[in-house]
Amino acid sequence: MTHLALSGISKHFGDFTAVRDFNLDVKKGEFVSFLGPSGCGKTTTLRMIAGFEIPSSGMISLEGADITDKAPNQRNVGMVFQSYALFPNMTVAQNIGFGLQVRKEKESAIKDRVKEMLSIIHMEDKANSFPYQLSGGQMQRVALARALAIRPEVLLLDEPLSALDAKIRVSLRAEIRSIQQKLGITAIYVTHDQEEALSLSDRIVVMNVGEMEQVGTPFEIYNFPTTRFVANFVGSLNTAEAEIVDPNKGTLIMDGARLESSGELKGRNKGDKIMIAIRPERLSFLSEGKKENVLDGKVENITFLGSVVRVDVTIGGRKFSMDTFNRPSLELPKIGETCKVTCSDKAVLILKE
Amino acid sequence: MAQASTSNGFKPVTSWKVWLGVVPFFLFAILFLLLPSFRLLTASFSAPDGSFTFNNIIQLFTEPLIVNSYKLSIQISAVTALGGGIFGFLLAYSVTVGGLPKPLRSVLITFSGVASNFAGVPLAFAFVATLGRQGFITAVLKNTFNLNVYDAGFNLYSFAGLSLVYMYFQFPLMVLIMAPALDGLKKEWREAAENLGANTTQYWLKIAMPVLLPSILGAMILLFGNAFGAYATAYALTGGRIGLVTIQIGAQIRGDVLYNPGLGYAMAVGMVLIMGISLGGYSWLQAKTERWLK
Ligand SMILES: Nc1ncnc2c1ncn2[C@@H]1O[C@H](COP(=O)(O)OP(=O)(O)O)[C@@H](O)[C@H]1O
Ligand SMILES: [Mg+2]
Repeated sequence: MTHLALSGISKHFGDFTAVRDFNLDVKKGEFVSFLGPSGCGKTTTLRMIAGFEIPSSGMISLEGADITDKAPNQRNVGMVFQSYALFPNMTVAQNIGFGLQVRKEKESAIKDRVKEMLSIIHMEDKANSFPYQLSGGQMQRVALARALAIRPEVLLLDEPLSALDAKIRVSLRAEIRSIQQKLGITAIYVTHDQEEALSLSDRIVVMNVGEMEQVGTPFEIYNFPTTRFVANFVGSLNTAEAEIVDPNKGTLIMDGARLESSGELKGRNKGDKIMIAIRPERLSFLSEGKKENVLDGKVENITFLGSVVRVDVTIGGRKFSMDTFNRPSLELPKIGETCKVTCSDKAVLILKE
Repeated sequence: MAQASTSNGFKPVTSWKVWLGVVPFFLFAILFLLLPSFRLLTASFSAPDGSFTFNNIIQLFTEPLIVNSYKLSIQISAVTALGGGIFGFLLAYSVTVGGLPKPLRSVLITFSGVASNFAGVPLAFAFVATLGRQGFITAVLKNTFNLNVYDAGFNLYSFAGLSLVYMYFQFPLMVLIMAPALDGLKKEWREAAENLGANTTQYWLKIAMPVLLPSILGAMILLFGNAFGAYATAYALTGGRIGLVTIQIGAQIRGDVLYNPGLGYAMAVGMVLIMGISLGGYSWLQAKTERWLK
């Protein structure tokens, strides 16, 4: 059921490698995000799918056909640009109809499709407006409609929301997702915003300096990051060094404190140094009777963040953040007091590097 | 926030102070634009003895010498605007979208900045020295290629020759106006068009050209006005032999032909009108593109 496949894609610009050994199978109707910091090769990968860059090696196939070297105007892949890229000399309707017009479709067919697209983006009343008369959010919706009007096999979106204000960003993001689901179109979405990627995607590809770090559902990426980079980039995270005491039972020692982890320790040995990670919201103050994963700490700082209270605690000389839901009955220690902090063995993540 | 800043000492400026800043502009406009135009207008309705007359205006449309001078000026302006415009556009294209190396671009822009202001006696002399009967290039062509351009029908001191000389300050002006306009063509438009299935021709016909057209037309109108107002170059090269409007005005005022300054003023009014319409058209088209490209 693979719809779009990228196999062993690399891209070099001179001596510089922008993308290295990228492999991804995308199912029909799937929404996949490329998430990573600026300059990690997201756009370059997207542009290779669109045909604006030719891979230095590897193959891209769509519906089983090799499209690696096909010209951009022969691919039927819709693209939405960060800067909207609407044609300034054309009205909204003409912009949306452009793709069909250059394909020499019948006037009546173009009219019908434009109408359909305008209703999808709820902009029927703006058909005859020019781009300069629209707001940023409206322009991006028109750009989306224009890309969808050609009924593309795949929709590519390159940070389509990053030029908009926060409020519109959130509402348009939901609109993009609902349109994508309604039309059942395969979408690749590039972003450096983890919240966007987590809220929109069926699957996320986390990228770092031209390489794929981890591929998974938002749930997997957030809860089970496999590398330190992913752990730090997606959400905030406490990371620490630990030493393996018993690889079979998952027993570790961190700054003198014993920790149990249900994470993967296969192939590692007693005495190995590893990196572990714990999400702030998985840490809590000790409740009665618990004996495992109890750590002694000292409260350094308390910050109210609205629905969440963040408590910074030093444990064995290392700073850890813990998040607790803010509720009226919440009892917190005072700054400078000692405390006992705990977490389940599932919360102790083992990172690959 | 706004209130905080006013109490911080950013008092709203009182209304008369707002106007103080624009006084120099209005003073300039009155002294150098309105008064001269008014003087020009009144003078064009004055007979040589100072009495009121419509005669000058009537002559503007009936006197063959004058009608002809307008024809000639319009011809040379149109021809050189078109020729210089096309050549200048192609040059600007090649250093912007065309992808010629960057240093070449700055050389061309610097050259254009200088050459677009190169006019009058020095320009005429430069052409006489190169393409005149005894000119350097004329001689080289004659001696090494055995080609006598003057026998072949070329004459620097003719309408065609003068057009060629005008072209020398016309095309650089076009380069200066079109280079930024071409830079304004966004790479994403081309990519979006391609992505939607358009080929290069379709991109140029449906997007790039329509976007550039107001700039191109506006620039050509400016070139037209530029040539229409030129005087010193034509006078230096041909004396009075090619009777352009500017040359006739000069003659009327100096008294070479008929000593009638009133007629000279009337011709100047006609010229101001043509230049004004050109400039109006230019700004209208310019505003249109700016709106698009904002
Ligand atoms: N045409 C190009 N020539 C040279 N380097 C490029 C080119 N395009 C992109 N790069 C480089 O490749 C890297 C990845 O770029 P890009 O894919 O745009 O990153 P991202 O979209 O993740 O921010 C960057 O370091 C960028 O400078
Ligand atoms: Mg990018």
